[in-house]
Formats: sequence, structure tokens, C-alpha cells
Amino acid sequence: MRMFRISVIKFAMVIIAVGLIAGIGMPRYSDARDLTVVSWGGAYQEAQRKAYFDPFMKKTGKKVLDESYNGEMAKIRAMVESKNVTWDVVQVESPELINACEQGLLEIIDWDRVGGKKSFIPTAIMGECGVGTIVWAHVIAYDADKIKGEGPKNWADFWNVKKWPGKRALRKNAKPSLEIALLADGVPAADVYKVLSSEAGIQRAFKKLDELKPHLQWWEAGAQPPQWLASGDVVMTSAYNGRISAAIKEGRNFKIVWRGQNYAVDSWVIVKGSPNIDQAYEFIKFASQPENQAVLSAEIPYGPTHVKAVPEVDPKIAPDLPTYPANLEGSVATDAEWWVDHIEELSERFNVWTAQ
Amino acid sequence: MPPFIFILKSTMPKSNNSPYRFTTVDGTPLKEMLRRAERRRKIKAAGLVMPLFFFLLITFIIPIVLLLYRAIENPEILEVMPRTAEAIQSWDGPDIPGEPVFAALAADLRKAHKDRTIGKAGKRLNYDITGFRSLVLKTARKVSGIKTEPPSYRDAIIAIDERWGNLRYWSAVKQAARPYTDFYLLAATDFERDGKGNIKRVPGDRALYTRVFVRTFWMSFMVTIWCLLLGYPVAWMLASLPVRHSNLVMILVLLPFWTSLLVRTAAWIIVLQKEGIINKILMWTHLTTDPMQLVFNRFGVYVAMVHILLPFMILPLYSVMKNIPPSLMRAASSLGANPITAFVKVYLPQSKPGISAGCLLVFILAIGYYITPALVGGPKDQMLSYFIAFFTNNTINWGMASGLAVLLLTATIILYTVFNRFIGIERLRMG
Repeated sequence: MRMFRISVIKFAMVIIAVGLIAGIGMPRYSDARDLTVVSWGGAYQEAQRKAYFDPFMKKTGKKVLDESYNGEMAKIRAMVESKNVTWDVVQVESPELINACEQGLLEIIDWDRVGGKKSFIPTAIMGECGVGTIVWAHVIAYDADKIKGEGPKNWADFWNVKKWPGKRALRKNAKPSLEIALLADGVPAADVYKVLSSEAGIQRAFKKLDELKPHLQWWEAGAQPPQWLASGDVVMTSAYNGRISAAIKEGRNFKIVWRGQNYAVDSWVIVKGSPNIDQAYEFIKFASQPENQAVLSAEIPYGPTHVKAVPEVDPKIAPDLPTYPANLEGSVATDAEWWVDHIEELSERFNVWTAQ
Repeated sequence: MPPFIFILKSTMPKSNNSPYRFTTVDGTPLKEMLRRAERRRKIKAAGLVMPLFFFLLITFIIPIVLLLYRAIENPEILEVMPRTAEAIQSWDGPDIPGEPVFAALAADLRKAHKDRTIGKAGKRLNYDITGFRSLVLKTARKVSGIKTEPPSYRDAIIAIDERWGNLRYWSAVKQAARPYTDFYLLAATDFERDGKGNIKRVPGDRALYTRVFVRTFWMSFMVTIWCLLLGYPVAWMLASLPVRHSNLVMILVLLPFWTSLLVRTAAWIIVLQKEGIINKILMWTHLTTDPMQLVFNRFGVYVAMVHILLPFMILPLYSVMKNIPPSLMRAASSLGANPITAFVKVYLPQSKPGISAGCLLVFILAIGYYITPALVGGPKDQMLSYFIAFFTNNTINWGMASGLAVLLLTATIILYTVFNRFIGIERLRMG
């Protein structure tokens, strides 16, 4: 009996010791891990797997782990602050990129190691920490099986609930809802940020959104707009162009309205303190090659960023890209710098507005 | 002193060489042996408790303390702009600060620009005034470009951007240059400080959190009431059915309880959506002609939350009802009470501990709900946790997230204390 009691105590101590060793040992394990690439998941990441991850593994013979996320910078900040970096290469949106770069969460890019600044289209060079990889867009989408006859042509039509009755969906975010509202109110695309920079302009945008509010439903994940169009929950919606094209590929009769598209660049970044920095550069360089980018654009129609990739894209696919000249008419280039300054104030006002 | 202790003591020897000393077989005094045994027992007990204690300390207590600390700490300006922070403390308006503060600002901006830490200060100042971030960044870039010492940094910096001549910006710097701040806690309750440092309410187009807070409590209250109304009869049935049948009902209660919360929430979206089964049935029976909006609104949130939290009401109720002898109701009837009187006078009071346990459990779980309202609710149905997640993930403003979390935690503790005062936590029975 006495023996037994001692062994119970020993057992407890062993468990504590194992726990402590495991706790101390954990960060070390990250030293020898494989290159980890993080992107947006879904149909898009599947396309990236075909265009980048698998060929890169074949070429280098080294394993690449891919994970997905929803654009939260919180994880990256936590990793950098705790010095336990488990992600190496991440694809991020521009305002988040600028912000994280200024907070010191990302590595400063050595452009010579990814092929030089000159090989990229100018919009792909977003600050010091990111290498642009796709041009994507917010567009209007509707189901041509449900709207027979004439469809909406621009954001003003999106607001026309008399001609096209039914619910609409927008992304639940100040960006780009405010730009869209101004476009619908007749502000020329080139003046959108100038108007939004004044208090009167912000109020004008919210007032325009007020008109549509009773007919609005808000989406947060990129997969929601095509689902809602398909289920008939909404009659038209804003959406990422690639998601709509993917649904069209699957046989849906969806239509994209390019007029008034809001396009932006997504970039590759390297998390500060990544233990695989050399491999990370190698990967970004590989993913920036024109022939590889052309494979991605063929899989999912987002625009490439390498100057030479643009002519490499299959002419059949080219009209589906946000960067196709005809699609750029009346478009707004999302001003990331502007948004970094205004995101706090406008998100707050937007949250108040949606909650009323 | 009770007499028996006195008797015991009197038999105890006073000195060690007394012939009446109690010893064990090997000669050690009994008292000593008892003390040793007692000590060993205590060490063992402590040893067994320790792992749990450390676990709680590391996973629960330390994170909460750190979280509370995040809501008041304010290190950015002190870290990135130490000279300005020191110089500005002696400034108190009404004119803009003098040359020494501007010179300190120039020195800090230069260093921060070189070290690439300027973004941190910019982000913090941008919380106070929109556009302050780009102002700081632009000034840092331009000041670093100045090669020769200018005659007056004050003129040079105001020449870069005239906003540096505005008092509002300087009082924001001064308020941000303290080690601790009430900024986040005030913002979490819809207050702010004006240029002079006085606390005032934020204007209506930015006031949000008091409303969300009231909404969180109201929605949790409604969910609790519905859970009680729906759960009470089920628990009663469970307790009164013969075991053979009650087991089956129990499985029906527990099966959804064991299913993932996410799965159940997603299932409700499918059931309630425009072309979902409920709308199809309603239209097929001609109760409605157009599909009804059942999801992405308050109704959908209530349905999903009540469904998910129902077991937390039923189980405590059941465990209490199981112990109420059925003979009591029969006795009440035999004494002339009609079923309603018997229920109200006899059964209900005895099931009270279960009601309060279930309500407390459901209510406290409900105020922290995040995923369900986020998925099946609209913007008007989001609870406080949604905004905590928003600040944590989207804008990485962890001070604000902590401020809101502190608000929620405080409210929960107050509620618990009030509950304890009036009903008494020790009277609860969970089973």
C-alpha cells in the first residue's frame, strides 16, 4: 500500500516533468519544419496547389505545407510577438500588408531575390514587404436564369429595386461598400477617394447605402455570394470575380458586370523571423514566374502580376480577368494607403450604421 | 471547553521522561508520528492538486490577467517616441508646444524611421485622430531627409504639414504618451476624452457598444426564457417516464448535445433558408405565398441558440426533478388540490434549484456566444463577442478587444454576485 502511494506521487511528478519538457521543447520543433504557405482556401487555393505548390515540390524535392486563413493578421502578430513563427509565406490584402509591414511583422523584401522590381506591373509593388501575386476584383454578379431579359449594367442599377425587385448582398465591410455607394450615386470612378476624404462625402455614401438598406443582406466569406445566388436568397450581389467564374465553370448561368469593378492586389509576404526564409524567397520567385502565373489564371481568372505573364494568358480566358482592358472601364483601384488611414474610423461608423 | 478534551489532556504526560508517555512500537512518541503522518498526507494531497493548479494558472488565470492588462497598457508612444513623451509632459496649452518638444519630435521621428518602428506609433495615434498615421509617417520621412540642422524645428515641421500647428493633434500625443490609459475602457463604454482631457459621450454616429451590450443581455435573457419554457416539460417527462422510455428521450436530448456546435448552426441555415425545408412546407401548405425570411435575422439566432443551449437547461432540471418523490403530487391531490394548485404549490417550489441552475448556466453561456449569431444573424443581431473578435482579428486593435472583454467579464461577475446574493450558489444542484 505504501509502495503504491509513492508510485502515485512519482507518477504525478513524471507527468508534470513531461509536461514541462514538452512545453519548453515545443518552440524548438519549429526550427526543422517544412515550408508553410498560407492562402485564402477554397477554389482559389486548389488552383494555387496546381499552379504553384505541387510543381514547386516536384522541382525542389522539398515538402510544402499549405494552410488557409481568412485574412486575420492577429495570428501573424501573435507568432512574431511570441517568437514562435509557424507560417513562412502568407498571401495578404494590401491595407493589411501595409499595416503589418509598418508594425514590423513582415520581412522587408529583397527584390533581387524574386526577379527584380522591373518584372512586375507597377501596382504589384505594394510597399516594402509584399510581392504582388494576383489582381482580383469586386464585381456585380447575378443569376441569368432568375433575371431573364435585361440585367443590371452598373451599381446604379444595383440600387434600382423597382426594376429588379429582391434582396441584394454586399460584403459586410466599409471597404468597398462606401466606394460602391458613391459609384451608385453617380460619382466618377476617378473621384471616389477624393469625395470620400471629406465628411460630406462619407455622409453622402452612408446616405446612399441607407436607400438600399432594407434590401441588403451581408456576406463575410467569399463563398457566400455564389451560394446565395444559387439558392435564390438574393437576386444580385457583389462578389469576388474568381468565385463567380468558378461557379460558372460548374454549370451555373451567372453573369458578371465589370462596369464599376473595385480591383485590388493580393501579395505574398514573408513572416518576420521565418526560419525558412531562403526557401520562402525561392517559393515566391517560383510563384512569380510568368508561365506559372499563367497556369493559375487559367485555373481561376485572377489577373497575373508579372509583366510577361499578361500575354501568356490564354486569349479565351483573358476577357474574364479584372485586368482585361475592356473590364477596366469605369473601374476603381482600391486605394490601400487611404484605407490604412481610415479603416479604424470608417469601420466603426460602418459597424454602427449596420447595427442600427 | 468540552469536558472530554479536558479528560484527554489530563491523561497526557507533561514531560518526556514521564512513565506514562505514549509511544509507537519503535519508541517514537505517538504525537510526533501523528504529526509526520499528517504532513505526508498534506504533501501528497498538494502534489495531486498541483498539476491542476498549474494547468489553471497557465491556461486560465495568467491569460485573463494579461488580457485585463492589455486594456489599460499604453506603451507605443513611450517606446517609439521617448523624448517627445518626456518633453510634452510639461506642456499644457493653450498654445502649441515650444521648440524643445518639436526638436524632441524630430529626433524621435528620425530614429523611429531608421529603426522602422514608426508604424507602431502611427497606428496608436490614428486611434485618436483619423489620418494621424499618415501624418506621422510623412513627417518622419521628410524629417529624415533634412540634412542640415534647421534654425527652428518648430517652423520646419509645421512647414511639412500644418496639422502640427493644431492643438488637437498635440493633446492626442500627450494623452497617448502615458504608460497607462483609460482610452480603451472609455471607448468600450462609448465615452472619449476631448482635447482638454474631459470625459464626454461619443456622438451618436459612433456610439455602438452600450447598445450592443444591452442587446447581448436582452438576447441572452430571451434565450434563457425560451429554454426554460421548452426545457421544463421535457425534463419533467424525462423524470416521470419509466426508465425504459426515459432512456430513449435522454438519448434524444444528448445526441445533439454531443454534436459539434458548428454543424448544428450550419444545419439551421440549411433548414431555415429561403428554399429550405420550412419555407417549402409553408408554401406547399399555402400558409404563405412568398418564402419567409427565417434566417440571418433575430428569429434565426433565437432558434439556433435555444436549440444549442437547451440541454444545459434540461439536464440540471432533470437531476433535481428526479429527486422529487412522485408521491408528493398524489398527496397534494388527495388533500383536495387541483392539478394546477398542486403543481404551483408542491412541484414548482421543489424544482426551483434546478430552474436557477439551468437559467444561470444558459444565461452565462449565452452572453459569450459568438459563432451562432455570426453565422445565422444579421448585423443587428451580433453580440459583444462578435466585436471582440472583430478587433482581435480584423483591425488587430487588441487594446480595444481587451476593453470590451473586460466589460463583458465585469458584467458577468456582477451578475453572478447578485445571483449568489439573492438565490445562493450553494443551493444549486447540477446533478
